[in-house]
Amino acid sequence: MIISEGRPLQKYLYYGMRYAGQVAAYAAFLALLGYFASAPTYSPVDPAAAMLKLSFIHVGHHKVECRKMRPEEIAQLAPNMRQALNCSRERLPVTIELELDGKLLLHRAVIASGLSHDRAASIYDKFVVSPGHHRVTARLRDSARTDGFDYTRSTEVELRPRQNFVVDFDAESGGFSFH
Amino acid sequence: MLNHILQAGPRFLARIEKLYSAAFTSAWNPLYHLGALTVFFFWVVVVSGVYVFLFFETSVTHAYESVEWLTHTQWYLGGVMRSLHRYASDAAVVTIGVHMAKEFVTGRYRGARWFSWFTGIPLLWLVFPLGITGYWLVWDQLAQYVAIASSELLDVLPIFSDPMARNFLTNESVSDRFFTLMAFLHLIGLPVFLLFAIWLHLLRISRPIVNPPLGLAVGSLAALTVLSLLWPALSQAPADFSTVTTAIGFDWFYLLAYPLLDYGSPALMWLVLIGSSTFLCLLPLLPPRRRPAAVVSLPNCNGCGRCVADCPYNAVSLAPRSDGLAYTEEAVVDTELCTACGICAGACPTSTPLRRKSELVPGIDLPGMPIHSLRDWTLAAAVQLGGEPGARVLVYGCTSGVNLTALRHSSVAVVELQCIAQLPPAFIDFVISRRHADGVLLLGCRAHDCHYRLGVQWMDERLAGKRDPYLRARVPRERVATYWGGQVTPAEITREIDAFRARLRALGPYRPVTVAASTDEVAP
Repeated sequence: MIISEGRPLQKYLYYGMRYAGQVAAYAAFLALLGYFASAPTYSPVDPAAAMLKLSFIHVGHHKVECRKMRPEEIAQLAPNMRQALNCSRERLPVTIELELDGKLLLHRAVIASGLSHDRAASIYDKFVVSPGHHRVTARLRDSARTDGFDYTRSTEVELRPRQNFVVDFDAESGGFSFH
Repeated sequence: MLNHILQAGPRFLARIEKLYSAAFTSAWNPLYHLGALTVFFFWVVVVSGVYVFLFFETSVTHAYESVEWLTHTQWYLGGVMRSLHRYASDAAVVTIGVHMAKEFVTGRYRGARWFSWFTGIPLLWLVFPLGITGYWLVWDQLAQYVAIASSELLDVLPIFSDPMARNFLTNESVSDRFFTLMAFLHLIGLPVFLLFAIWLHLLRISRPIVNPPLGLAVGSLAALTVLSLLWPALSQAPADFSTVTTAIGFDWFYLLAYPLLDYGSPALMWLVLIGSSTFLCLLPLLPPRRRPAAVVSLPNCNGCGRCVADCPYNAVSLAPRSDGLAYTEEAVVDTELCTACGICAGACPTSTPLRRKSELVPGIDLPGMPIHSLRDWTLAAAVQLGGEPGARVLVYGCTSGVNLTALRHSSVAVVELQCIAQLPPAFIDFVISRRHADGVLLLGCRAHDCHYRLGVQWMDERLAGKRDPYLRARVPRERVATYWGGQVTPAEITREIDAFRARLRALGPYRPVTVAASTDEVAP
């Protein structure tokens, strides 16, 4: 206030300094925004590596085998509840194995979802792998068998850096698929 | 040691604020309008977002193309709007961060203020998803990363029976339905919740300031527009799920926590997010404990409502009279909302030290710092003033400012207040007309940044005769000075005091035209 009431030169100097200060403050703010809005760049994985992803949603077999109901049993049921098979709700866990070049990457028994474990089992997992030639093998068991697998598939693949190689499963389409 | 650290924060902040005030003036200082600036940036985001949406195609196959067209073909308007949308969003994150840091450093998150602090935390949980879903819609490499990483983060929670990340396994697995969901969240769902959360955040504040000064708003918008033209927001390569995203141009304002997913785990990220939010929510429980709230003395309250009008936190209201006195209403204090600033006591017309015939008990008062003590301290301070006649100064200052004890000497006495507006103007009249001192200096927080929000503004208006209770016309204004300097060094205030004393010296001893009658001047 005192300066602004002084001589013109002082007044101009005062306002000049003030406006210069504002410009500097805005410039610093813009530099902060402009830079950190897109920089520095970020690499979630090594750009020289590839990614192997495994995922499925699959309903395992019933834990207790379905039993064909006798006609007299069916007759005892309410008309709207009558069905030929008597099945338990609970499903078996789905066992999955994933191998890369003969080395086991994953072995897991995936429990069916739902409070009564009567829905699908699902998995989503990913592995960073080196690019180059690989043999990928996937196995899945959804039945009550104690050894071996119900579905198995292998493939030879030449993985490029940054390639996203996906192992999916769909029983209706014949089992495993590689993308 | 801890005290030293706790005091260093406000001092550092005061220095930065001083620099900004020098450039912008106190009225336009962005550090004094951080909340309002955040709301302003929100509106910039809304307006620019609506424009961008007019041209946006909500589909996996055309989203990227539509944004590219807008950015490059219609760069002069659509591109600028897109850039404004991004930069204003980022600016809001900056102002939110600084706003929180400032409220913490100045201790404005405790006591009755806990509510605004507490309700600010859910705001963060809305602002960040709002920004993240925005990046999702561009459907470029960053969107691809954000979609996968966010899905992996959500998949840890027992919400979805099937992994959400499966939607982004391959290019074929992405569906328009997911895009529509994201668009709904970004365009309607989250903004509506955000508006509600802002309302809740300001609920307990009287006269909330939700708009920055025009000059600051225009300056900020112009600056963002310049940035949008010089450094436009651009898309990265289109999303391609057959490859892994690397070297992504990352918005660190919104995605700062995401590396925790890649270099830690989704569970770690949840732990950090929930842990830090809980910590922030619990901060107001830290000591010191709340000071006793203001209390109403019904025999002295006539229900005039001045305390209601002046309370910055809506802690005082008027209720029907309960004691049978011939007034329709009485003041009622909500102790949960009261910050014990004393502004209500300063506004009460019965808070006058000039009354002699009755005990000095105003209609509303602070139990921890009552008005009658203020008069006792004023008289005790006046007794200590034995210095140079004609240049004796009595300083009233708020405890949120500088260390006032360092100012005392033979010609300067100090009386401390919770807030400068706790001082009824009648005290200034009392000091000068009774010649307890030759001048009165009022020290307070910086204008537009009062610790109790409105104290400095109310005191300015009382002195100018624009707000009840007025400083009486008989008080020579040249003997009253104000210095709204906030956290400044004692040396700076000493300079101010010396200058004021020089002016008083030039005026000579005060010779009142008439001396106030020694009776009750205002009766309830």
